[in-house]
Amino acid sequence: MNKKIGLIVVSLIIIIAGFVAGSHFYKSAEKERLGFLAQENAKLYYPDYAAVYGAEDAKVVVTEFLDPECESCRMFYPKVKQALQMYSGKVKLVVRYAAFHRNSVHAIQVLEATKKQGKYWEAMDLMFKYQPLWANHHNPQPKKVFEFLPEVGINIDQLKEDMKDPEIMNIIEQDAKDLKTLNVRGTPTFFVNGKPLEQFGIGFLYSAIDNAVKENYPNS
Amino acid sequence: MNMRKVFLNNGIYLAWIIAAISMFGSLFFSEVLLYPPCALCWYQRIAMYPLVVLLAVGMFQPIKNTVVFSLPIALIGWCIALFHNLLHYGIVSESASPCREGVSCATVYINWLGFITIPMLSFVAFSVIVIILVLLFKGEKSE
Repeated sequence: MNKKIGLIVVSLIIIIAGFVAGSHFYKSAEKERLGFLAQENAKLYYPDYAAVYGAEDAKVVVTEFLDPECESCRMFYPKVKQALQMYSGKVKLVVRYAAFHRNSVHAIQVLEATKKQGKYWEAMDLMFKYQPLWANHHNPQPKKVFEFLPEVGINIDQLKEDMKDPEIMNIIEQDAKDLKTLNVRGTPTFFVNGKPLEQFGIGFLYSAIDNAVKENYPNS
Repeated sequence: MNMRKVFLNNGIYLAWIIAAISMFGSLFFSEVLLYPPCALCWYQRIAMYPLVVLLAVGMFQPIKNTVVFSLPIALIGWCIALFHNLLHYGIVSESASPCREGVSCATVYINWLGFITIPMLSFVAFSVIVIILVLLFKGEKSE
């Protein structure tokens, strides 16, 4: 009896130790790979076409892969903006897309088209604010976005015309390709100056930004 | 001690260790490597995880009782794994599978040495467990 219990316990310890060692090994290998990518290919984190929020010359770049239809992105969004304001001038946000939901592509097309009217960030605020309205999982109504976007002075006829721009699909495709390279499997996913967060969570995002600011602005 | 005796004494442990490795292995794929499990993978997990508990408890029970309770679960898992592999190799088409939104069950995440995929690992694990349990049952009977 005791011998058998011992056998079970020892076996479990060995398997769990293997599991823990494996995950450490994987995480450090992945970190190294991403660090290498950040040096080699800055465009992965900061492509020319991506929308940028914050000072152009800020040295800390937060890349966020988001999906306008993702609830978790909606929860994070105001907190991300708060962080940007806290380190105003030192941190900028680069938005990239991860179209993981059913109507994500439509929502991204809308967002990208608002750039032509110079209302991108206003539209982003509204998309998240009214997300429960147009992105309800049981009854999604992607067309509802056209009802609230005029609130910030967006011309809907113009918007619908701009949404046809083939460049938008190119952007979505490029983002989807880079998602694979960077192993992004959930939204929101953040990279601070090309480094992934230690763990998912707003606290980890704040501390990563804080560290990067201290590193890049040592005298302030 | 002859081979048969050794097998009868350790067979359940052998089956248990396979189930335990499968459980932690599948958790490694989903929690560390972050591969989202598809619907069929979930059904196989539903069969595999209780085997870890059942077989551990079974090490302290008469073999026959252990087999009677765990073999049906292992067989169900084996059938789902078989179906999943048929899907993987394109013998059954995706449209015949229960996957809807989310991850396609035909997505290939790993492919070691050209033939070792996750559904293949699952199929082998269930097959070995089923074979061990059947042999134990037969061995016990003829005792």
